Amino acid sequence: MLGYTITQWLFGILSFLSIMFGLMVVFSRNPVSSVLYLILTFFCIAGHYLLMNAQFLAVVHIVVYAGAIMVLFLFVIMLMNLNEDQEPQRTWLTKIIAAVAGGLMLFVMVGSLKGSEQLQLQSYGASQVGLVKNLGKVLFHDFLFPFEIASVLLLAAMVGAIMIGKRDIK
Amino acid sequence: MLSFILYKLLVCIIIFAISLGVAAYSTLWERKFAAFLQDRVGPDRAGPKGILQPLADGGKMFFKEEIIPNVSNRFLFILGPSLFMLTALMTGTVIPWGKDFTTAAGNTYSFQITDINIGVLYLLGVVSIGVYGIMIGGWASNNKYALLGAIRASSQMISYEIAMGISIIALIVTSGGTLSLREIVESQDEGVANIVWQPLGFLIFFVCALAETNRAPFDLPECEAELVGGYHTEYSSMKLGLFLFAEYINMFISSAIMSAFYFGGYNFPFAKELYHAIGLQEGSIWISLIGFGAFFTKIIIFINVFMWVRWTLPRFRYDQLMNLGWKVLLPLSLLNLGITIVVEYFRGNIHF
Repeated sequence: MLGYTITQWLFGILSFLSIMFGLMVVFSRNPVSSVLYLILTFFCIAGHYLLMNAQFLAVVHIVVYAGAIMVLFLFVIMLMNLNEDQEPQRTWLTKIIAAVAGGLMLFVMVGSLKGSEQLQLQSYGASQVGLVKNLGKVLFHDFLFPFEIASVLLLAAMVGAIMIGKRDIK
Repeated sequence: MLSFILYKLLVCIIIFAISLGVAAYSTLWERKFAAFLQDRVGPDRAGPKGILQPLADGGKMFFKEEIIPNVSNRFLFILGPSLFMLTALMTGTVIPWGKDFTTAAGNTYSFQITDINIGVLYLLGVVSIGVYGIMIGGWASNNKYALLGAIRASSQMISYEIAMGISIIALIVTSGGTLSLREIVESQDEGVANIVWQPLGFLIFFVCALAETNRAPFDLPECEAELVGGYHTEYSSMKLGLFLFAEYINMFISSAIMSAFYFGGYNFPFAKELYHAIGLQEGSIWISLIGFGAFFTKIIIFINVFMWVRWTLPRFRYDQLMNLGWKVLLPLSLLNLGITIVVEYFRGNIHF
Protein backbone atom coordinates (compact mmCIF):
# COMPACT_ATOMS: atom_id res chain seq x y z
CA MET A 1 0.00 0.00 0.00
CA LEU A 2 1.65 3.21 -1.22
CA GLY A 3 5.04 1.64 -0.65
CA TYR A 4 4.67 1.28 3.10
CA THR A 5 4.51 -1.93 5.12
CA ILE A 6 1.66 -2.63 7.53
CA THR A 7 3.98 -1.87 10.46
CA GLN A 8 4.78 1.53 9.02
CA TRP A 9 1.09 2.25 8.48
CA LEU A 10 0.31 1.24 12.06
CA PHE A 11 3.17 3.38 13.34
CA GLY A 12 1.91 6.37 11.38
CA ILE A 13 -1.69 5.97 12.51
CA LEU A 14 -0.73 5.39 16.15
CA SER A 15 1.64 8.36 16.16
CA PHE A 16 -1.02 10.60 14.63
CA LEU A 17 -3.59 9.44 17.17
CA SER A 18 -1.28 9.79 20.16
CA ILE A 19 -0.27 13.31 19.17
CA MET A 20 -3.89 14.25 18.45
CA PHE A 21 -5.15 12.90 21.78
CA GLY A 22 -2.20 14.54 23.53
CA LEU A 23 -3.23 17.89 22.05
CA MET A 24 -6.85 17.24 23.02
CA VAL A 25 -5.72 16.76 26.64
CA VAL A 26 -4.39 20.30 26.60
CA PHE A 27 -7.13 21.93 24.57
CA SER A 28 -10.29 20.40 26.03
CA ARG A 29 -12.00 22.69 28.50
CA ASN A 30 -13.55 20.04 30.70
CA PRO A 31 -11.01 18.43 33.07
CA VAL A 32 -12.81 15.08 32.95
CA SER A 33 -12.54 14.89 29.17
CA SER A 34 -8.87 15.88 29.49
CA VAL A 35 -8.31 12.83 31.66
CA LEU A 36 -10.24 10.62 29.25
CA TYR A 37 -8.11 11.87 26.33
CA LEU A 38 -5.00 11.20 28.38
CA ILE A 39 -6.18 7.58 28.84
CA LEU A 40 -6.60 7.30 25.06
CA THR A 41 -3.07 8.67 24.65
CA PHE A 42 -1.80 5.95 26.97
CA PHE A 43 -3.54 3.35 24.84
CA CYS A 44 -1.79 4.68 21.73
CA ILE A 45 1.56 4.56 23.51
CA ALA A 46 0.82 0.96 24.55
CA GLY A 47 0.21 0.28 20.85
CA HIS A 48 3.69 1.68 20.10
CA TYR A 49 5.17 -0.70 22.67
CA LEU A 50 3.38 -3.59 20.97
CA LEU A 51 4.85 -2.53 17.62
CA MET A 52 8.29 -2.76 19.23
CA ASN A 53 7.44 -6.30 20.40
CA ALA A 54 7.45 -5.18 24.03
CA GLN A 55 4.25 -6.92 25.08
CA PHE A 56 4.96 -6.90 28.79
CA LEU A 57 5.63 -3.18 28.82
CA ALA A 58 2.47 -2.53 26.78
CA VAL A 59 0.17 -4.42 29.11
CA VAL A 60 1.80 -3.14 32.28
CA HIS A 61 1.52 0.38 30.87
CA ILE A 62 -2.23 -0.13 30.51
CA VAL A 63 -2.67 -1.84 33.89
CA VAL A 64 -0.64 0.70 35.84
CA TYR A 65 -1.25 3.99 34.06
CA ALA A 66 -4.66 3.60 32.47
CA GLY A 67 -6.02 1.14 35.02
CA ALA A 68 -4.78 2.55 38.30
CA ILE A 69 -3.23 5.99 38.19
CA MET A 70 -5.77 7.59 35.86
CA VAL A 71 -8.63 6.13 37.91
CA LEU A 72 -7.29 8.03 40.90
CA PHE A 73 -7.02 11.18 38.77
CA LEU A 74 -10.63 10.72 37.73
CA PHE A 75 -11.65 10.23 41.38
CA VAL A 76 -10.13 13.51 42.42
CA ILE A 77 -11.44 15.49 39.47
CA MET A 78 -14.95 14.06 39.69
CA LEU A 79 -15.14 14.74 43.43
CA MET A 80 -13.88 18.31 43.04
CA ASN A 81 -16.57 18.87 40.41
CA LEU A 82 -14.57 21.34 38.31
CA ASN A 83 -16.52 23.23 35.68
CA GLU A 84 -15.66 25.58 32.85
CA ASP A 85 -17.22 28.57 34.60
CA GLN A 86 -15.23 27.95 37.78
CA GLU A 87 -11.98 28.09 35.91
CA PRO A 88 -9.80 30.94 37.24
CA GLN A 89 -9.30 33.87 34.86
CA ARG A 90 -5.71 34.23 33.77
CA THR A 91 -3.95 37.56 33.75
CA TRP A 92 -1.60 38.83 31.05
CA LEU A 93 1.39 38.22 33.28
CA THR A 94 0.66 34.47 33.65
CA LYS A 95 0.11 34.18 29.91
CA ILE A 96 3.49 35.79 29.13
CA ILE A 97 5.23 33.59 31.72
CA ALA A 98 3.56 30.51 30.25
CA ALA A 99 4.63 31.47 26.72
CA VAL A 100 8.26 32.01 27.80
CA ALA A 101 8.34 28.73 29.76
CA GLY A 102 6.79 26.82 26.86
CA GLY A 103 9.28 28.35 24.41
CA LEU A 104 12.19 27.35 26.62
CA MET A 105 10.78 23.84 26.85
CA LEU A 106 10.62 23.65 23.05
CA PHE A 107 14.21 24.92 22.89
CA VAL A 108 15.37 22.16 25.26
CA MET A 109 13.45 19.50 23.32
CA VAL A 110 14.90 20.56 19.97
CA GLY A 111 18.37 20.74 21.45
CA SER A 112 18.19 17.28 22.99
CA LEU A 113 16.66 15.68 19.89
CA LYS A 114 19.35 17.23 17.69
CA GLY A 115 22.05 15.44 19.68
CA SER A 116 20.24 12.12 19.72
CA GLU A 117 21.80 10.89 16.51
CA GLN A 118 25.12 10.38 18.23
CA LEU A 119 23.63 8.12 20.93
CA GLN A 120 24.71 4.51 20.77
CA LEU A 121 21.82 2.15 21.44
CA GLN A 122 22.75 -1.06 23.20
CA SER A 123 20.63 -3.95 22.00
CA TYR A 124 19.69 -6.94 24.13
CA GLY A 125 18.91 -10.12 22.23
CA ALA A 126 17.59 -8.40 19.10
CA SER A 127 13.80 -7.97 18.98
CA GLN A 128 12.91 -10.54 21.62
CA VAL A 129 13.91 -8.48 24.65
CA GLY A 130 10.37 -7.23 25.29
CA LEU A 131 9.02 -10.70 25.99
CA VAL A 132 8.40 -11.37 29.67
CA LYS A 133 11.03 -14.07 30.04
CA ASN A 134 13.86 -12.10 28.42
CA LEU A 135 12.90 -8.88 30.17
CA GLY A 136 12.89 -10.68 33.52
CA LYS A 137 16.35 -12.10 32.83
CA VAL A 138 17.75 -8.71 31.83
CA LEU A 139 16.19 -6.99 34.86
CA PHE A 140 17.31 -9.57 37.40
CA HIS A 141 20.78 -10.25 36.01
CA ASP A 142 22.19 -7.18 34.31
CA PHE A 143 20.20 -4.47 36.07
CA LEU A 144 19.47 -6.03 39.46
CA PHE A 145 20.94 -3.17 41.49
CA PRO A 146 19.16 -0.26 39.72
CA PHE A 147 15.95 -2.29 39.76
CA GLU A 148 16.10 -2.79 43.53
CA ILE A 149 17.05 0.85 44.08
CA ALA A 150 13.99 1.92 42.08
CA SER A 151 11.74 -0.33 44.15
CA VAL A 152 13.14 1.07 47.42
CA LEU A 153 12.60 4.58 46.04
CA LEU A 154 8.95 3.77 45.28
CA LEU A 155 8.50 2.28 48.76
CA ALA A 156 9.95 5.42 50.32
CA ALA A 157 7.58 7.57 48.25
CA MET A 158 4.65 5.42 49.38
CA VAL A 159 5.57 5.70 53.05
CA GLY A 160 6.02 9.44 52.61
CA ALA A 161 2.59 9.78 51.03
CA ILE A 162 1.01 7.91 53.95
CA MET A 163 2.81 10.13 56.45
CA ILE A 164 1.58 13.28 54.67
CA GLY A 165 -1.93 11.83 54.47
CA LYS A 166 -2.09 11.16 58.20
CA ARG A 167 -3.76 14.04 60.04
CA ASP A 168 -2.05 13.77 63.41
CA ILE A 169 1.26 12.00 63.81
CA LYS A 170 1.79 10.63 67.27
CA MET B 1 -5.42 -18.52 5.48
CA LEU B 2 -9.05 -17.81 4.61
CA SER B 3 -10.26 -20.97 6.31
CA PHE B 4 -8.23 -19.98 9.38
CA ILE B 5 -9.89 -16.56 9.51
CA LEU B 6 -13.34 -18.09 8.98
CA TYR B 7 -12.69 -20.62 11.74
CA LYS B 8 -11.56 -17.91 14.18
CA LEU B 9 -14.62 -15.85 13.27
CA LEU B 10 -16.79 -18.87 14.00
CA VAL B 11 -15.09 -19.40 17.38
CA CYS B 12 -15.57 -15.71 18.22
CA ILE B 13 -19.28 -15.88 17.38
CA ILE B 14 -19.78 -19.12 19.34
CA ILE B 15 -18.02 -17.77 22.45
CA PHE B 16 -19.97 -14.52 22.15
CA ALA B 17 -23.23 -16.46 21.89
CA ILE B 18 -22.33 -18.76 24.78
CA SER B 19 -21.36 -15.82 27.02
CA LEU B 20 -24.65 -14.05 26.31
CA GLY B 21 -26.72 -17.21 26.55
CA VAL B 22 -25.20 -18.30 29.84
CA ALA B 23 -25.59 -14.78 31.21
CA ALA B 24 -29.24 -14.65 30.15
CA TYR B 25 -30.09 -17.96 31.73
CA SER B 26 -28.04 -17.10 34.83
CA THR B 27 -30.57 -14.34 35.53
CA LEU B 28 -33.39 -16.88 35.47
CA TRP B 29 -31.40 -19.44 37.44
CA GLU B 30 -30.47 -16.81 40.02
CA ARG B 31 -34.15 -16.07 40.64
CA LYS B 32 -35.04 -19.76 40.74
CA PHE B 33 -32.17 -20.39 43.14
CA ALA B 34 -33.24 -17.53 45.41
CA ALA B 35 -36.79 -18.85 45.31
CA PHE B 36 -35.58 -22.31 46.29
CA LEU B 37 -33.54 -20.96 49.21
CA GLN B 38 -36.43 -18.78 50.39
CA ASP B 39 -39.03 -21.53 49.92
CA ARG B 40 -40.86 -19.79 47.07
CA VAL B 41 -41.71 -20.89 43.54
CA GLY B 42 -39.89 -18.20 41.58
CA PRO B 43 -40.72 -17.01 38.06
CA ASP B 44 -42.87 -19.68 36.37
CA ARG B 45 -45.26 -17.75 34.07
CA ALA B 46 -43.34 -17.25 30.81
CA GLY B 47 -43.27 -20.60 29.04
CA PRO B 48 -43.07 -24.00 30.73
CA LYS B 49 -41.47 -23.62 34.20
CA GLY B 50 -40.60 -20.02 33.34
CA ILE B 51 -38.03 -21.03 30.72
CA LEU B 52 -38.78 -17.97 28.54
CA GLN B 53 -38.35 -15.50 31.40
CA PRO B 54 -34.98 -14.10 30.13
CA LEU B 55 -36.58 -13.33 26.75
CA ALA B 56 -39.44 -11.56 28.47
CA ASP B 57 -37.00 -9.57 30.63
CA GLY B 58 -34.92 -8.65 27.58
CA GLY B 59 -38.02 -7.59 25.63
CA LYS B 60 -39.15 -5.44 28.53
CA MET B 61 -35.72 -3.78 28.71
CA PHE B 62 -35.72 -3.00 24.99
CA PHE B 63 -39.20 -1.50 24.88
CA LYS B 64 -38.93 0.68 27.99
CA GLU B 65 -38.69 4.42 27.56
CA GLU B 66 -35.14 5.61 27.21
CA ILE B 67 -34.32 8.57 29.41
CA ILE B 68 -31.10 10.55 29.07
CA PRO B 69 -30.79 13.25 31.74
CA ASN B 70 -30.91 16.71 30.23
CA VAL B 71 -27.78 18.07 31.87
CA SER B 72 -25.59 15.02 31.45
CA ASN B 73 -22.87 14.51 28.88
CA ARG B 74 -24.77 12.50 26.29
CA PHE B 75 -21.79 10.78 24.68
CA LEU B 76 -20.21 9.72 27.96
CA PHE B 77 -23.59 8.66 29.30
CA ILE B 78 -23.92 6.15 26.47
CA LEU B 79 -20.23 5.24 26.55
CA GLY B 80 -20.36 4.07 30.19
CA PRO B 81 -22.52 0.93 29.88
CA SER B 82 -21.07 0.15 26.43
CA LEU B 83 -17.54 0.14 27.81
CA PHE B 84 -18.58 -2.01 30.75
CA MET B 85 -20.18 -4.55 28.43
CA LEU B 86 -17.23 -4.45 26.00
CA THR B 87 -14.66 -5.22 28.68
CA ALA B 88 -16.87 -7.98 30.10
CA LEU B 89 -16.97 -9.67 26.69
CA MET B 90 -13.27 -9.04 25.89
CA THR B 91 -12.05 -11.26 28.73
CA GLY B 92 -13.41 -14.38 27.01
CA THR B 93 -10.83 -14.19 24.20
CA VAL B 94 -7.84 -15.71 25.99
CA ILE B 95 -9.62 -18.52 27.84
CA PRO B 96 -8.78 -21.98 26.46
CA TRP B 97 -12.15 -23.71 26.16
CA GLY B 98 -10.87 -27.11 25.01
CA LYS B 99 -7.92 -29.10 23.66
CA ASP B 100 -6.69 -28.53 20.11
CA PHE B 101 -8.01 -30.96 17.51
CA THR B 102 -6.61 -32.04 14.15
CA THR B 103 -8.71 -32.62 11.05
CA ALA B 104 -8.18 -35.42 8.55
CA ALA B 105 -6.36 -32.95 6.30
CA GLY B 106 -3.80 -32.39 9.03
CA ASN B 107 -4.82 -28.88 10.06
CA THR B 108 -4.83 -28.14 13.77
CA TYR B 109 -7.62 -26.01 15.15
CA SER B 110 -7.88 -24.60 18.64
CA PHE B 111 -10.86 -24.02 20.93
CA GLN B 112 -9.54 -20.61 21.87
CA ILE B 113 -9.72 -17.27 20.12
CA THR B 114 -6.09 -16.41 20.76
CA ASP B 115 -3.32 -17.76 22.93
CA ILE B 116 -1.17 -14.73 23.68
CA ASN B 117 1.85 -15.40 25.86
CA ILE B 118 0.84 -12.67 28.31
CA GLY B 119 -2.75 -13.91 28.70
CA VAL B 120 -2.87 -13.42 32.47
CA LEU B 121 -1.66 -9.84 32.20
CA TYR B 122 -4.15 -9.22 29.43
CA LEU B 123 -6.94 -10.37 31.76
CA LEU B 124 -5.72 -8.03 34.50
CA GLY B 125 -5.51 -5.18 32.01
CA VAL B 126 -9.03 -5.67 30.70
CA VAL B 127 -10.42 -5.99 34.23
CA SER B 128 -8.73 -2.76 35.25
CA ILE B 129 -10.22 -0.95 32.26
CA GLY B 130 -13.69 -2.25 33.16
CA VAL B 131 -13.66 0.22 36.06
CA TYR B 132 -13.98 3.09 33.58
CA GLY B 133 -17.38 1.92 32.36
CA ILE B 134 -18.78 2.35 35.86
CA MET B 135 -16.92 5.59 36.60
CA ILE B 136 -17.81 7.30 33.33
CA GLY B 137 -21.42 6.17 33.56
CA GLY B 138 -21.73 7.29 37.16
CA TRP B 139 -20.17 10.68 36.49
CA ALA B 140 -22.08 11.38 33.29
CA SER B 141 -25.38 10.74 35.11
CA ASN B 142 -24.82 14.06 36.89
CA ASN B 143 -26.37 12.68 40.04
CA LYS B 144 -24.75 12.59 43.47
CA TYR B 145 -26.00 9.10 44.22
CA ALA B 146 -24.68 7.81 40.92
CA LEU B 147 -21.30 9.49 41.46
CA LEU B 148 -20.95 8.10 44.98
CA GLY B 149 -22.00 4.66 43.77
CA ALA B 150 -19.48 4.80 40.93
CA ILE B 151 -16.69 5.82 43.31
CA ARG B 152 -17.62 3.03 45.69
CA ALA B 153 -17.65 0.48 42.89
CA SER B 154 -14.37 1.52 41.38
CA SER B 155 -12.46 1.94 44.65
CA GLN B 156 -13.66 -1.51 45.65
CA MET B 157 -12.53 -2.94 42.32
CA ILE B 158 -9.07 -1.33 42.45
CA SER B 159 -8.53 -2.41 46.07
CA TYR B 160 -9.33 -6.04 45.42
CA GLU B 161 -7.34 -6.13 42.18
CA ILE B 162 -4.12 -5.96 44.22
CA ALA B 163 -4.77 -9.05 46.37
CA MET B 164 -6.05 -10.80 43.25
CA GLY B 165 -2.89 -9.96 41.30
CA ILE B 166 -0.62 -11.25 44.06
CA SER B 167 -2.58 -14.50 44.40
CA ILE B 168 -2.22 -14.90 40.62
CA ILE B 169 1.57 -14.42 40.90
CA ALA B 170 1.66 -17.32 43.39
CA LEU B 171 -0.36 -19.38 40.94
CA ILE B 172 2.07 -18.58 38.12
CA VAL B 173 4.97 -19.73 40.30
CA THR B 174 3.18 -23.02 40.90
CA SER B 175 2.30 -23.66 37.28
CA GLY B 176 5.80 -23.29 35.92
CA GLY B 177 6.29 -19.56 35.39
CA THR B 178 4.09 -19.02 32.37
CA LEU B 179 1.64 -16.22 31.66
CA SER B 180 -0.25 -18.06 28.94
CA LEU B 181 -3.59 -19.45 30.06
CA ARG B 182 -3.26 -22.46 27.82
CA GLU B 183 0.07 -23.40 29.35
CA ILE B 184 -1.33 -22.93 32.86
CA VAL B 185 -4.13 -25.36 32.02
CA GLU B 186 -1.72 -27.76 30.29
CA SER B 187 0.55 -27.78 33.37
CA GLN B 188 -2.33 -29.40 35.27
CA ASP B 189 -2.67 -32.07 32.60
CA GLU B 190 -0.42 -34.58 34.33
CA GLY B 191 -0.82 -35.00 38.07
CA VAL B 192 -2.97 -32.75 40.20
CA ALA B 193 -4.83 -29.50 39.76
CA ASN B 194 -3.39 -26.28 41.12
CA ILE B 195 -5.94 -26.15 43.94
CA VAL B 196 -3.89 -28.79 45.80
CA TRP B 197 -0.84 -26.50 45.88
CA GLN B 198 -2.77 -23.24 46.16
CA PRO B 199 -5.70 -23.67 48.58
CA LEU B 200 -5.17 -20.28 50.24
CA GLY B 201 -4.50 -18.64 46.90
CA PHE B 202 -7.77 -19.97 45.57
CA LEU B 203 -9.69 -18.68 48.59
CA ILE B 204 -8.20 -15.19 48.13
CA PHE B 205 -8.90 -15.28 44.40
CA PHE B 206 -12.49 -16.35 44.99
CA VAL B 207 -13.20 -13.56 47.49
CA CYS B 208 -11.57 -11.05 45.14
CA ALA B 209 -13.64 -12.35 42.23
CA LEU B 210 -16.79 -11.79 44.26
CA ALA B 211 -15.69 -8.23 44.97
CA GLU B 212 -14.58 -7.58 41.37
CA THR B 213 -17.94 -8.63 39.97
CA ASN B 214 -19.74 -6.49 42.57
CA ARG B 215 -21.67 -9.52 43.77
CA ALA B 216 -23.04 -10.06 47.25
CA PRO B 217 -21.70 -9.97 49.94
CA PHE B 218 -19.73 -7.15 48.29
CA ASP B 219 -22.58 -5.53 46.35
CA LEU B 220 -22.09 -2.21 48.12
CA PRO B 221 -22.28 -0.07 44.94
CA GLU B 222 -26.02 -0.68 44.69
CA CYS B 223 -27.32 0.06 48.12
CA GLU B 224 -30.95 1.04 48.12
CA ALA B 225 -31.00 2.51 51.60
CA GLU B 226 -27.96 4.74 51.07
CA LEU B 227 -27.43 5.24 47.36
CA VAL B 228 -30.73 4.46 45.60
CA GLY B 229 -29.49 2.43 42.63
CA GLY B 230 -25.79 3.24 42.88
CA TYR B 231 -24.01 4.02 39.62
CA HIS B 232 -26.99 3.07 37.48
CA THR B 233 -29.55 5.27 39.26
CA GLU B 234 -30.16 7.43 36.17
CA TYR B 235 -30.08 4.62 33.64
CA SER B 236 -33.17 3.15 32.07
CA SER B 237 -34.08 0.81 29.25
CA MET B 238 -31.37 -1.29 27.63
CA LYS B 239 -28.50 0.79 29.01
CA LEU B 240 -29.51 -0.35 32.48
CA GLY B 241 -29.88 -3.80 30.96
CA LEU B 242 -26.26 -3.69 29.73
CA PHE B 243 -24.99 -2.85 33.23
CA LEU B 244 -27.00 -5.65 34.84
CA PHE B 245 -26.20 -8.10 32.06
CA ALA B 246 -22.47 -7.41 32.10
CA GLU B 247 -22.44 -8.41 35.76
CA TYR B 248 -23.65 -11.87 34.82
CA ILE B 249 -21.12 -12.14 31.99
CA ASN B 250 -18.40 -11.16 34.46
CA MET B 251 -19.64 -13.88 36.77
CA PHE B 252 -19.49 -16.43 33.95
CA ILE B 253 -16.01 -15.37 32.87
CA SER B 254 -14.62 -15.31 36.41
CA SER B 255 -16.03 -18.80 36.99
CA ALA B 256 -14.24 -19.87 33.80
CA ILE B 257 -10.98 -18.26 34.95
CA MET B 258 -11.21 -19.90 38.37
CA SER B 259 -11.78 -23.34 36.91
CA ALA B 260 -8.97 -22.84 34.40
CA PHE B 261 -6.50 -21.53 37.00
CA TYR B 262 -7.21 -23.79 39.95
CA PHE B 263 -9.28 -26.76 38.78
CA GLY B 264 -7.52 -27.85 35.62
CA GLY B 265 -9.82 -26.24 33.02
CA TYR B 266 -10.68 -28.87 30.42
CA ASN B 267 -8.68 -31.59 32.20
CA PHE B 268 -10.44 -33.97 34.55
CA PRO B 269 -9.30 -36.99 36.61
CA PHE B 270 -8.62 -40.18 34.64
CA ALA B 271 -9.15 -38.37 31.33
CA LYS B 272 -6.40 -40.35 29.57
CA GLU B 273 -7.80 -43.69 30.79
CA LEU B 274 -11.28 -42.70 29.65
CA TYR B 275 -10.13 -41.69 26.15
CA HIS B 276 -8.11 -44.89 25.93
CA ALA B 277 -11.11 -47.01 26.98
CA ILE B 278 -13.39 -45.42 24.37
CA GLY B 279 -10.64 -45.69 21.80
CA LEU B 280 -10.23 -42.03 20.86
CA GLN B 281 -7.05 -40.98 19.07
CA GLU B 282 -4.97 -38.02 20.24
CA GLY B 283 -6.19 -34.89 18.43
CA SER B 284 -9.71 -36.12 17.83
CA ILE B 285 -12.46 -33.49 17.97
CA TRP B 286 -14.37 -35.64 20.47
CA ILE B 287 -11.58 -35.24 23.02
CA SER B 288 -11.90 -31.47 22.61
CA LEU B 289 -15.65 -31.65 23.03
CA ILE B 290 -15.51 -33.89 26.12
CA GLY B 291 -12.90 -31.54 27.61
CA PHE B 292 -15.15 -28.59 26.81
CA GLY B 293 -18.00 -30.39 28.57
CA ALA B 294 -15.86 -30.95 31.66
CA PHE B 295 -14.80 -27.30 31.65
CA PHE B 296 -18.38 -26.17 31.29
CA THR B 297 -19.54 -28.38 34.17
CA LYS B 298 -16.95 -26.73 36.41
CA ILE B 299 -18.09 -23.28 35.27
CA ILE B 300 -21.73 -24.11 36.05
CA ILE B 301 -20.74 -25.35 39.52
CA PHE B 302 -18.91 -22.09 40.18
CA ILE B 303 -21.84 -20.00 38.98
CA ASN B 304 -23.99 -21.91 41.46
CA VAL B 305 -21.49 -21.21 44.24
CA PHE B 306 -21.65 -17.49 43.37
CA MET B 307 -25.43 -17.58 43.71
CA TRP B 308 -25.33 -19.70 46.83
CA VAL B 309 -23.01 -17.12 48.46
CA ARG B 310 -25.26 -14.28 47.39
CA TRP B 311 -28.41 -15.70 48.93
CA THR B 312 -26.74 -17.03 52.10
CA LEU B 313 -24.38 -14.37 53.42
CA PRO B 314 -25.36 -10.91 54.68
CA ARG B 315 -23.57 -8.02 53.03
CA PHE B 316 -20.61 -6.14 54.45
CA ARG B 317 -20.47 -2.56 55.64
CA TYR B 318 -18.22 -0.40 53.45
CA ASP B 319 -15.44 0.06 56.03
CA GLN B 320 -15.49 -3.68 56.73
CA LEU B 321 -15.10 -4.29 53.01
CA MET B 322 -12.04 -2.02 52.80
CA ASN B 323 -10.54 -3.52 55.97
CA LEU B 324 -10.97 -7.01 54.59
CA GLY B 325 -9.36 -6.06 51.30
CA TRP B 326 -6.35 -4.15 52.59
CA LYS B 327 -5.70 -5.56 56.06
CA VAL B 328 -6.61 -9.21 55.63
CA LEU B 329 -6.48 -10.29 51.98
CA LEU B 330 -3.39 -8.32 50.97
CA PRO B 331 -1.12 -9.62 53.81
CA LEU B 332 -2.57 -13.11 53.36
CA SER B 333 -1.82 -13.10 49.65
CA LEU B 334 1.76 -11.91 50.32
CA LEU B 335 2.14 -14.69 52.88
CA ASN B 336 0.77 -17.16 50.36
CA LEU B 337 3.28 -15.95 47.76
CA GLY B 338 6.16 -16.39 50.21
CA ILE B 339 5.07 -19.88 51.23
CA THR B 340 4.54 -20.83 47.59
CA ILE B 341 8.05 -19.77 46.63
CA VAL B 342 9.60 -21.76 49.51
CA VAL B 343 7.49 -24.84 48.72
CA GLU B 344 8.24 -24.66 45.00
CA TYR B 345 11.94 -24.26 45.72
CA PHE B 346 11.95 -27.50 47.69
CA ARG B 347 9.87 -29.22 45.01
CA GLY B 348 12.60 -28.27 42.58
CA ASN B 349 10.51 -26.07 40.30
CA ILE B 350 12.51 -22.89 40.83
CA HIS B 351 16.06 -22.63 39.54
CA PHE B 352 18.48 -19.83 40.21
